[in-house]
Parts: sequence; C-alpha cells; structure tokens
Amino acid sequence: MLPFRLNRSAVQPTRRQFLLGTAATAAGLAVGYRLIAAAPAGAQSAPEATEANPFQTYVEITPENQIVIRSSQFEMGQGAYFGIATLVMEELEGDWNQVDVVGGSGNSAAYGNLAWGGAMQGTGGSTSMASSWERYRKAGAAARTMLVAAAAERWDVPAEEITVASGVVSHASGKQANFGELSEAAAAMPIPDDVPLKPRDKWTQIGSDSLKRYDSPGKTKGTQTYTIDLKMDGLVTAVMIHPPKFGAEVESFDASKAKALEGIVDVVQTPRGVAVIGRDMWTALKGRDLVEVTWNEANAEKRGTAEITAEYNRTADGAGAATARNDGDTAAALANADKVIEGHYEFPYLVHASIEPLNAVARLNEDGIVDVWGGHQMPDLYQAVAAQVGGTTPDKVRLHVMKTGGSFGRRAVSDADLIVESVAIARALGPGKPVKVQWTRENDMRGGRYRPAYVHAVKAGLDTDGNVVALYDHIVGQSIMSGSPMAAMIKDGIDPTSVEGATNLPYAIPNLKVELTTTDVKIPVLWWRSVGSTHTAYVMETLIDELAAAANRDPVEFRLSMLSKHPRHAGVLRLAAEKAGWGEPLPEGRFRGVALHESFSTYVAEVVEITYNGGSDFTVDRVVCAVDCGTAINPDQIRAQMEGGIGFGLGAILQEELTLTGGVVDQENYDTYTPLRIDQMPRVEVHIVPSDEPPTGVGEPGVPPIGPAVANALRAATGETVRKLPITKNLSA
Amino acid sequence: MVAFSLNGEARTLDVDPEMPLLWAIRDVTGLTGTKFGCGLAQCGACTVHVDGMPTRSCQIMVGDVEGASITTIEGVSGKVGEMVHAVWAEFDVPQCGYCQSGQIMSAVALLTETPKPTDADIDSAMSGNLCRCATYQRIRAAIHEAAHRLEA
Repeated sequence: MLPFRLNRSAVQPTRRQFLLGTAATAAGLAVGYRLIAAAPAGAQSAPEATEANPFQTYVEITPENQIVIRSSQFEMGQGAYFGIATLVMEELEGDWNQVDVVGGSGNSAAYGNLAWGGAMQGTGGSTSMASSWERYRKAGAAARTMLVAAAAERWDVPAEEITVASGVVSHASGKQANFGELSEAAAAMPIPDDVPLKPRDKWTQIGSDSLKRYDSPGKTKGTQTYTIDLKMDGLVTAVMIHPPKFGAEVESFDASKAKALEGIVDVVQTPRGVAVIGRDMWTALKGRDLVEVTWNEANAEKRGTAEITAEYNRTADGAGAATARNDGDTAAALANADKVIEGHYEFPYLVHASIEPLNAVARLNEDGIVDVWGGHQMPDLYQAVAAQVGGTTPDKVRLHVMKTGGSFGRRAVSDADLIVESVAIARALGPGKPVKVQWTRENDMRGGRYRPAYVHAVKAGLDTDGNVVALYDHIVGQSIMSGSPMAAMIKDGIDPTSVEGATNLPYAIPNLKVELTTTDVKIPVLWWRSVGSTHTAYVMETLIDELAAAANRDPVEFRLSMLSKHPRHAGVLRLAAEKAGWGEPLPEGRFRGVALHESFSTYVAEVVEITYNGGSDFTVDRVVCAVDCGTAINPDQIRAQMEGGIGFGLGAILQEELTLTGGVVDQENYDTYTPLRIDQMPRVEVHIVPSDEPPTGVGEPGVPPIGPAVANALRAATGETVRKLPITKNLSA
Repeated sequence: MVAFSLNGEARTLDVDPEMPLLWAIRDVTGLTGTKFGCGLAQCGACTVHVDGMPTRSCQIMVGDVEGASITTIEGVSGKVGEMVHAVWAEFDVPQCGYCQSGQIMSAVALLTETPKPTDADIDSAMSGNLCRCATYQRIRAAIHEAAHRLEA
C-alpha cells in the first residue's frame, strides 16, 4: 500500500529488461531505501549481458509437472498471485490444476517493482499488475518457447509444428509430452532473444470472467498455511510485552515468576519490549501475565488524541508550513467570491486491524543462515534488517514469503518491527531454535503504525454564476515517510503521502492552494489502504458537493462541468450515475450521494443510497461503483476488490477511531475498535469501464470515494456535512 | 487429561484444562485451520462446532468440552458442509481467507438449523464473524445459493 504513483515510463521494460529488470532506474523509493539497505543479497545490479532463465526466476516446472510461479508481488488477499498467474498462464498455455504461486525474494534484479523504477522489490500503491504486466507475460512466453524447443529437439521436428495447449505439448505426428517431462531439457534451451506476446484478441485468460482464483479451495477448507500455522521441529512461541506509551523503553523487568512456570522457555528483552517464550501460545500467555516490567517514559508520547487534535485545529487556522500546490491567487479570489464555504475536517487515527494478528517466525542456523518466515511485503528491506539484527550479512538471510491474513499496508513497515523482534529473539535463543513471535490482538491494536490523524482547514468560493473560483486546503498531520528509509521522497517539506488526492484534484478551479503543516507526534504512523486519499478524497468530494448545492447545481453535472480535460474521471462518473439511476426519484427517506476519486492511476466513482431515519439513525443500502483500471486482467477480482474496498472504507468512516488518553491507546480489541460487519454491508454493484490501456491497480482505489459518497447522501438528507469522523459518533442527533 | 471427539475421532489430551479450546486444537492437536483473531469472541475466526453448536473456541476452556463432539473446518462434511465448500470456492468468496474457516463454520451451522435463511437470519448468524477484507456480499450470496441448491 505504498503511495508511489505509477511511473509509466518504467512500467514498459525493454526486451533486455523483461526478465531481469536490469536497466530500470533507481528512482524515488529506491534512492531513499538505499540509505539503510546497503546491499541485500542479489540486489546489486544484475549483469546486463545475460538474460535470466525464466525457469530459475519466474516459472519453475517440476518433474512432477507442477507449475510453480515465483511472484515478485506479495499476496495479502488482494489477488496479486492470481493476477500474476493469469499473466503467466496466458502465454504459457498450462493447466490451472498444475499451478501454485510462491513468493520470490532475494533478487531485486528479477523482482524489483517496475512501477517504482525496478530497483527494489515491494508491494504497494496498487502497482502489482502494472509492474507485472509485461514481465510475467514475457516470462510465460519465454518458458513456453523453451518447452517447445526442448520438444522439437527430442522429437526431431521443427518447433513451428509444435503446439501447446492446457499443459500438453503436441506434434501432429501424435507425439505428446507434459511440461514436467520436458522441464529439465527446456531449462537448458537457449533463452529466446525476443518473444512475441499474444495479441489482445487471442487472449483466453486475461479478461476472462469465468476464471476462478486457484487459491479459493485451500482458503475454504482451512488448508492454506499462514505464518501463524507454521510448524517445524522445536518451534516455540513468543508473546510480547510492549510499552504502554509510544517511545517508552524497558527500564527493568522481573521474570522470575514467569520462568518458574512449567513450559516457559525464556524471557528476553527485545529492542522494543520483553518477549515471553513458551512451548505453546497458551503457556506463553500465562507466563506473560507473571512478568513485571518497569518502563522509562522519559521520551514517551504522553499526549492524548484530544490534545493532539485541539493543537492541530489551532495550527490549521494559521498558514501552512509548506505549499504543495498553488494555482492562481486563492486568497484574492476568496476575498472576491460571492459565496464562501469554510470549515475544519477532523480525521482520527485508524488501525489496519487485519484478522491475522502480526507475526513472524525466525531461526538462526548452525551454518550461519538466518531464516525468516512472515508477511514480507518489503523483502529487500526486511532482508537487510534481518541481517543487521541477526549479526550477519544480507546474503546469509533467507526469507520465506508467507501469504498473510490481510495487511492493508501494515506488512510494509519501514522499521520492519516483526522482523526485528523475531530475529532478535531467535538470536537470544541461539542457533537451531526457531521461534514464532505472535502478537495478540491487543499487541496489534496498541502496536502503532496507524493511519495518521489529520485536520484540514478549508475555504472554497463560488462566483455569482455558481462557478468554483477558489479552493484552499491546509492539511495538518504527521508525515508517514519522515524518519523512515523513504524520507528522501519528502521534497520542500511535502510528504507526498500527506497531500495526494488534494494536490492532484482534477477539477478546473482557477485558484487552488494546498498547504501542509507536518506535525511532531511520537505515535508511529503508516500507509493504510489508499493512504493520503483516505482523508483528502473525503475533504475534496464533500466540499465539491457542498459547492454544487450552494450553486443550486446537480452534483454530477457540476463535477462534469469541471472535468473536460479528464475524460477518464468523467467516464466513471457518467457510468456510475447512469447505472445508479441518478436523478430518478427515490422513495421517502432514501437519499443518494456521489463521489469521484482517482488514486494510483485508477478512476472510481461511487453512488450510494441511504435510508435516513432521523437523528443519527441511517443505513447504507446500495453502492453503485464504476471503475476504470485500464485493461481488466481478472474482472471478477476487480469487482471483489471494489466490494471489499467499499466495505473496508465504509467501516472506517462510519465507526472506526483509535484514540489515546494520556499517551495510552484506549482501544484494545474489536469490541471497541469496530470494523464493518455483515449486517452493515450494503449491496454493491461494480461496473468496469472497458479499456485497452495498460492495467493499473484495484487494491486501494475502491476505498476513497465511499466516505464522501455517504457523507454527501447524509447532507442531502440533513443539510449538514459531517466534517468530523467517524460519522456515527459525530452526526448530530 | 481431557477426552473428547475431534472431527469424529476420539482424542485424549494431556493439557491444562484451563487452556482455551482454540489453543488445544491448534497447538496440541496441530489442526491449524481454526484461526486466532482476537481471543475475546469478537471476531469469530476461531469458530468450531461443539455438539453441533457454533462456538468461539477462544472463549471455552478445553476442560469444558470433556465428552463433547468437536468439529473444526478440517472435519466439515456431509451434504451442507460440502455444498458450502463448493459454493464458497465457486463464488470466490475468500480474499485473504484468514477468517473464512470461521465464516464457513457459522454458515454450515446456520444452514443446518435454518435451511432457507432470510437476509435477517444471515445477519443474525454471521454478524459475529468479522471479515476485514469485507467479503460479506459474497458470503451472503454464497449462503443463499447453497440454500437454494440444497433445496433442489
């Protein structure tokens, strides 16, 4: 869920780059990243002269005829493995029953994210399909070509006479072989110089609506192995005691009672707290209750969110510390405006709260290799950190990329917190002793790395003809990148993740100013599914809607009138409005709201219908979503991500809020931090704009429009825009 | 020593009777399809059947299931169970999949008890199972479809 915008020039690799990504430039993230990750194993520039063998990097075919695809992209539920497998299978012509996908790592030349410039492996910013689009189709095509070459040699027939379909290589003479039978010979074939890809009209996998996820059966029968499920000889479980306030440190601890408990292996200090290690989870938890820790809170954050928000509101009334966008003369235009709308928006901290609580497994081996299993969303970074903590070099770190029970950004964390803890504990235990660090829900919720709290102070003006003449937004909040390896992305005081979604506002507004004041708070923050757009889209799309109402204009027509230079924005808006029956009368008590937002180069419009029962009582009944993500690779997964993004975003704007009192997090579990449940899920209809453009992502872009669309429907019902989130707590009764 | 039936097999575990059933299933018997999510009966990821009743295994001590019949996701069988499995995969319900064992245990119990559930029945039976990926729309559709096919 990294925020980096698509670098289109980098997504189209040259032929030499397609397998290795060698010449990809070290842009953006990679530059900052190198500040700490000196040289992860295999991350150095690969030699330009040789092509990588697809069978060694991307598509392993076992003698048992299994197709094992090595994914550069991390699977957290969003379907990246399925998408990549679809790209490979389109060209490879295998049989889906043969397919498995595993996470590749330790070779950034092969797995570097091409949408980030290609130098570093990682998953985020909804870039998986953009990065993989050419790479994995070409890998599949190269592998097929080599299988055919092997068969041609074995059968002594021209390669042109050989066909491949559903995992079978055939010749008109009746000769046949499966991939497994040819795999060894194929891997030794010359790597093809250039592999033509199928034209669009020959696709059978890409764009197929009937293709099902290969991994659904395992997830349905409880057989998929997550990090929490790992088993290995001698594995013990560590549970954590973290400081009650962010920034506090262990002063001392007394583990004598815990160590006396049967089944407790050890109690050790870690960089962040104290780990209690037991033969199983329950024993470790019982031991944890017996450990007494004294904390040094000298450097701890002691403020609560009430104080922090009050301070943000005061700051927001002043001028911003930095200017992120400045078109025209906003102050003058506002002074001359006919009508001005102004106010403050408040956004709380939010937790990722994946149902699999954070975890990792680490083992130091006698031969000096460090094994780490976990949600390696940033593998190169984690390899470097594991080496540092394990007292070795990155080439001695072996990562095992696990599929995780969610992430929503939390598994891509610059301080690699779970890697640090697991390797530190494994090191304390000594070689040959694997340990699983398993956070409890309370550790997870109080563990930090939240969507930052923000305050926006806005002013927007209309002229006498009802045109928007000026819009001003001063954003106040913490920087996600500051203090992280990505800090190099901050330019002129602007962390792009704080302002994205506001600075790229598409509407034709002659005077537009976005300012930012970055605050100094010691509550650790992070990207959270759709990052800056989680708050900027809410502000911009409710403000535009209010302006439309003030101008007595239809909200859809009003937006379209300012989008003449943005056909893809206008396209999804028109489609959603049409499919939702925009303008048609609604029954008594029902109201519509609309919102439009582009994030990560994917365009989404959502129209909601709510039933408003008075006071703060309402239900969200229906959401019509239109999405333009370029070429649709897996249409049903695009729908799934929109449905899920809408549910995820809806829970947040309705009722999610993390607060602190005196520096201590108030919510510990799902009883007080409350994601959406099934009885609140609206009926969602997703419409995909047909497109031949290159694919962009769908993991995040469904999230931003749902909040403002609901708020706009509520304003239609009540006349008021809810400017303080979450809505259910702040909607005036 | 605690004795009970697990997925139709008689088991006797030498464990602390106060250990939550969840950890006895996962760490002692090694069946890991049942998931840990909250430890507070708030998320439903640990749902198993105890004598046919959907139960949050994190909130019941293993000592309390002495003599009971426990079914986990690995032991789901029979007409309803097989139908739910089939429809769940066909509808591509799971995203990350982590909560789905619990969802399926709740859904199988619902369909066993209420062969033709209404939306309100589904809300009531399933609202204890959180899905952070918000696959709820497909869960609802899959339950209705399974009911429809089971009726046929």
